[in-house]
Amino acid sequence: MKILVRNQQGITVLSLKGKITIGVGDVALRTAVNEALEAGARNILLELSGVTTVDSSGIGEMVNAYTTVTNRGGQLKLVSLPAKVSDILQITQLITVFEVYDDEPEALASF
Amino acid sequence: MPTPEEEPQVKISIGSRYDHIDLIQVVVDDALSRLGLDEDSRHWVGIAIREAVANAIKHGNQQDPSKRVDVELALREGHAIIRVHDDGQGFDPSTVGDPLAPENLLKPNGRGIFYMKNFMDEIDYQCRPGGGTVVTMRKRLPELDSADADEAPSGA
Repeated sequence: MKILVRNQQGITVLSLKGKITIGVGDVALRTAVNEALEAGARNILLELSGVTTVDSSGIGEMVNAYTTVTNRGGQLKLVSLPAKVSDILQITQLITVFEVYDDEPEALASF
Repeated sequence: MPTPEEEPQVKISIGSRYDHIDLIQVVVDDALSRLGLDEDSRHWVGIAIREAVANAIKHGNQQDPSKRVDVELALREGHAIIRVHDDGQGFDPSTVGDPLAPENLLKPNGRGIFYMKNFMDEIDYQCRPGGGTVVTMRKRLPELDSADADEAPSGA
């Protein structure tokens, strides 16, 4: 998985591309979130339009990122979910946990 | 003796490394494509297989790369039958909590079997103390519902 990091309006945006799966993608997500927090980020937006597969370890890492950011007093939100990622959030009922937005300007304005 | 229909279409044996999971998914996806399963269904079946293999590597074989994970795809009565066998100490799936329970919803682990149950028609665990775990997953092949089921491809 590839992760592009940028700053938009004071929000750290992580654009994920590829598979968030066990052993590689989940580790990359954890590392990127931890590096962003260590660099001083408070609020993080995961931009998921390029994600093709999320296995249980990947969704677990997204939950881990959510709780890590929240416990530090920040917010982690999701934007541009492909249909299959949205399906996973519905099936796992994590759609009730994450704030999800269709487009990035709307998501950025919500922080 | 298995009937010809039950002879595995695909047999793969890997060492217990996560980077081998992609290989299994690619090979099984190709076989299921030849058997007529549509792309959307193959995506979800592929994730279920990933979960079974990941569990075998992580919980069964404790990520010992010298221990094998064997994956078989066979046909029976209009279903794809996928078996994943590890070399570990056995596993009791009933010990895994409900990932939808409020107290578990924010846990980072414990969704693998839930994924498999959601994406396959049926899953079954056979655990033999000291003899590893075999998870068997079934997925109906819609094209085989019709009267010409015996014209299904016989090889992958």
